[in-house]
Amino acid sequence: MKTFQASIFGAAALAIAFAAQAQDYRAQAISMMKRDFHAKGIAHMDRLNEDALQLICNRSHNEPPKGIAETLQHDQLATIQYPADGKFLGDWKAGEKLAQNGRGMTWKDGGKPSGGSCYNCHQIGPATTSFGDIGNSLLHFGKIRGYGPDVQKYVYGKIYNAKAYNLCSKMPRFGHSGTLTEKQIKDLVALLLDPNSPVNK
Amino acid sequence: MSSIKLRAVVALSGLALVCAAQAAQKESAPPKKAAVHAKKAAAAKDPVAADFEKFHEIMEEDSPAELFEAKGAEMWKTKRGPKHVSLEKCNLGLGPGVVKGAYVQMPRYFADTGQMMDAERRIVYCMVKLQGFKEADLAKKPFSKGSYLPDPVALVTYVAGQSRNMKIAVPQKLPQERAAYKLGEEIFNYRAGPWDFSCATCHGEDNKRIRTQNLPNLASKVDAVRAFQGWPGYRMTGGLMHTLQWRMNDCFRQQRFPEPGYASETIADLLTYMGVNANGYLYKGPGIKR
Repeated sequence: MKTFQASIFGAAALAIAFAAQAQDYRAQAISMMKRDFHAKGIAHMDRLNEDALQLICNRSHNEPPKGIAETLQHDQLATIQYPADGKFLGDWKAGEKLAQNGRGMTWKDGGKPSGGSCYNCHQIGPATTSFGDIGNSLLHFGKIRGYGPDVQKYVYGKIYNAKAYNLCSKMPRFGHSGTLTEKQIKDLVALLLDPNSPVNK
Repeated sequence: MSSIKLRAVVALSGLALVCAAQAAQKESAPPKKAAVHAKKAAAAKDPVAADFEKFHEIMEEDSPAELFEAKGAEMWKTKRGPKHVSLEKCNLGLGPGVVKGAYVQMPRYFADTGQMMDAERRIVYCMVKLQGFKEADLAKKPFSKGSYLPDPVALVTYVAGQSRNMKIAVPQKLPQERAAYKLGEEIFNYRAGPWDFSCATCHGEDNKRIRTQNLPNLASKVDAVRAFQGWPGYRMTGGLMHTLQWRMNDCFRQQRFPEPGYASETIADLLTYMGVNANGYLYKGPGIKR
């Protein structure tokens, strides 16, 4: 029994030692990046700091414990600023242009309004075959899921802050990060949910 | 070869590349040689990627990268810099002056600097230490642009060419090298910035693409070689020669991060992580990139 206890203790100590070492590398890597990077254009050094969400996702390898994920998702949900006029649908044609536009937030950008980079990761309209596949296909989005106000609100929220629905989602928080404006997000909602949008044809 | 002549040849081959690329895009009129490779290309799932692969195979036999290798080779043995010496005494890890096989064994730990150094970082070090160039000057405009070809780019391309068809064997013998791998892994997975991106966001899963560009999973053994393979690379977009230093810089730009220091430890460690993951594969030498 004693040996058993000792080995358990030993294993635990070893596990802690490993974890400590892993933490060391992480801390060391972060301070090294802060030393080696410099601000350029709009990309300032504060971009290397993790916010609370990034910290949890980084520390848990994007698989946070369920309880923490739910709490933090709730916090993210609270950041979403819905349109004051209560309308979610903008102009799908403007939305299509935004979806094609991959510009924004890099050190080469600045001044000009950002695009949504949507086609980089999603299939959306039927005419564009050069789409990425990191995200799911959004073709026939409204046709499949319906056009109602709840779906509209969800899509608006998802674009505004994807992390409110899936904490460590790969999708950027386009509203929360100040990348897209309310009007731009509305136009993207229309691209997916206007019955006249080619997405739903 | 004089630099003017080289530039003309490069410009011409660049033009040929563009024309060939356009021809390759048009399914109706594929170049004759393409038929030979058509079978293999057809296996790829994406038509644009397949077209490129087809074209890539044709071009590989007569790569424009070799022109840059030639320029780098000449530069290597020429007495240059304030101290007016050549780089022939530069130690790339296998002893002073040994170039053959050095590229596929970097990054590595160098005791003389106490640092992890990838090929470009080491070459910059040699240019500073042996030839008397100023590091700040070399870091000012380190990437190819228009007709401007930075010296380290030509030199890295030459050095890389001297490892053609050799096995990638990035060392992990020393504790510093093993630590660099771990640090590189942390950098690779570090999410931050306005878009919450890490390297792994795009390069951590198999068989993904952005638009039509296939994304190698650089965390996996099978795919990681694609971070090594083809670099330094002659990039058809713009017709420029680029090294891994440029690739890392432009990745961080698109990650929406601030700019990483040129030839910094961060980059050396990141390249160690990816290089070690690619160990065991055959390096085909400087290549062509889309």
